[in-house]
Amino acid sequence: MAGTGKAHLRPEGEALLRVEDLVVEFPVGRTGLKVNAVTGISFDVLRGETLGIVGESGCGKSTTGRAIMQLPRPTSGSIVFDGQDLTKLDKEAMRAARTKVQMIFQDPISSLNPRRKVRDIVMEPLSIWKRGTKEEQAAAVDKVLEEVGIDPQRAAESLPHQFSGGQCQRISIARSLVLDPRMIICDEPVSALDVSVQAQVLNLLEDLKKAYGLTLIFIAHDLAVVKNISDRVAVMYLGKFCEIGASDDMYARPAHPYTKVLLDSIPVPDPNATVGKVAVEGEPPSPVNPPSGCRFNPRCPNASDRCRSEEPTLREIEPGHFVACHHPLFGGEAPVSVRTA
Amino acid sequence: MSDNVETELLLEISDLKTHFRTPRGTVRAVDGVSLSLERGKALGIVGESGSGKTILSRSIMGLLPRSGVIREGSVKFRGQEILGKSTKEMQSVWGREMAMIFQDPMTSLNPVMKVGRQIAEPLMLHLGMNKVEARQTAEKLLRDVRIPEATRRLDQYPHELSGGMRQRVMIAIALACGPTLLFADEPTTALDVTVQAQILELINEQRRDRNMSLILVTHDLGVVAGFTDEIAVMYGGKLVEKAPTKVLFERMKMPYTEALLESIPRLDQPSHSRLAVIPGRPPDLVNPPRGCRFAPRCAYVRDRCLTEEPQLTVAESPDHVYACHYPVGSPEYHERRVELSKASTAVGGSN
Repeated sequence: MAGTGKAHLRPEGEALLRVEDLVVEFPVGRTGLKVNAVTGISFDVLRGETLGIVGESGCGKSTTGRAIMQLPRPTSGSIVFDGQDLTKLDKEAMRAARTKVQMIFQDPISSLNPRRKVRDIVMEPLSIWKRGTKEEQAAAVDKVLEEVGIDPQRAAESLPHQFSGGQCQRISIARSLVLDPRMIICDEPVSALDVSVQAQVLNLLEDLKKAYGLTLIFIAHDLAVVKNISDRVAVMYLGKFCEIGASDDMYARPAHPYTKVLLDSIPVPDPNATVGKVAVEGEPPSPVNPPSGCRFNPRCPNASDRCRSEEPTLREIEPGHFVACHHPLFGGEAPVSVRTA
Repeated sequence: MSDNVETELLLEISDLKTHFRTPRGTVRAVDGVSLSLERGKALGIVGESGSGKTILSRSIMGLLPRSGVIREGSVKFRGQEILGKSTKEMQSVWGREMAMIFQDPMTSLNPVMKVGRQIAEPLMLHLGMNKVEARQTAEKLLRDVRIPEATRRLDQYPHELSGGMRQRVMIAIALACGPTLLFADEPTTALDVTVQAQILELINEQRRDRNMSLILVTHDLGVVAGFTDEIAVMYGGKLVEKAPTKVLFERMKMPYTEALLESIPRLDQPSHSRLAVIPGRPPDLVNPPRGCRFAPRCAYVRDRCLTEEPQLTVAESPDHVYACHYPVGSPEYHERRVELSKASTAVGGSN
């Protein structure tokens, strides 16, 4: 599970965002140990593209999203957004850059100020940046609220708790859109919502993406949700990428054993589907002390000695489909021997 | 699922109502639900948040606050009425007859008590074991739920275990006194998918080995599909459809059940597929809509649905019931379905 390697990056200049060798580490108390949350990943996102990042909890997917926003500043690596390296900007310049890259979070209710009227919450970015006259600001806020399906009149009178979870997520989306950003990073935006409401929010994001010409990074643990909204999907495990490719191709034919395990673990709403197959034993190890070689090797059914010592790098196995594995499920030499235990 | 001709009716609920008195008015959280469950069977209760599924399972188990709650109807467990029993009387039922696994293993375990003692406690309390016996049994239980190095784990605290391990400990505690009915309330929602599959399989295997009944409460139709014999769908405090799992997925009658299934993004759909949505949101249970509670959100609604509440009706197979005036497959349903597909092609396939 390496994910070092940049074979999958597209020519510079084509991408709106290009992240190279991103490393994020956190100290563990005063022990001198560190959490290797993200260890040397590279990726890019083209204008108008949606990149999905999936993985289990602790894999570093949220940290990656936040690192782009410099929340906090990453340990090392470069993050070039629209020709500007965000890691080199001073505080004031970064503040200005954040108007172009916005973020929406998992818990829609706690990410809104509980004591302010909803319309004021959506208005705030405009007043901070003094965009236009009061009348223009009001018109912009009403327009964006209408677009996300919130009645501006009700928004002017009500506090966040008077709206449901799905509506609060719509309000968060309105707030992120009001400055007319180029890119929105969505961190588990629908995982706190009921399925019926989740579908509403996913469709809304697709519509707004078209209407506003947005580029999206969509971070989630639910593979079906990520597939639905993404053009490309990157699978993360313990701070590294294992596989990246066009979503339809990758889901149809996963190359990394971990991607296959993830896909096989999803309960399918069909009683005739085979159940009872446990795709993988154990749980992800701690990112404080990650395994040597390929990080997935202790749980991988195909692990060989090489996997335990040598870290694989991302390589292309079919056009636009990259995998970091010594024994991919296709497109490589077959496993030396298929081990059963 | 069992070839046993002899079936024992374990649980019989009739017209169960659980209402809460709040400053805003009476919340009709569970509003007249009837259900039954045989020994050894697994029942899934499915619904969105606020549908009453969790309150229903807590009402059956008697885990509700004493004051401010209005209880009506009947809950018979092995032929005996248990609704309205005192906490003291229920103590002989909890643990030995019924046990529950909760969603969040971190907040349900005692953070300052070693795992071994938490499992041993019900054994000493309900089964009268002494300390040594209880500890030995606790160790065996940890092995049953496949926790490696069981002996060492007995002396660890919950924070030293991973999320999946903690949920295994919860299961061990629930299984400790050999209950006949196990409730699992969103047991895997807090877990990662790879761990979720392991935990569901563990619950299923223990159920079979111990001939337990299971009530699996979840919002995830994917989870119930593979692990239950029967499914009850709840909406707005009411049971709206109930059928054997296969029958439900093949021939669902309620437009709500259908809409719920269609709104789930599926792996076999290409990316950027337009998702079917259920407009609006679940009803306010202080003031539920007159008529069918789903009517304001239903694509197949007609005048009758707004005034007359549909009663549970038996479908083609006798163990399949639903509450709808114009169910999936009826002429009115088809008529509207054709109109809807025309309308959506006309506007270029929006919601």
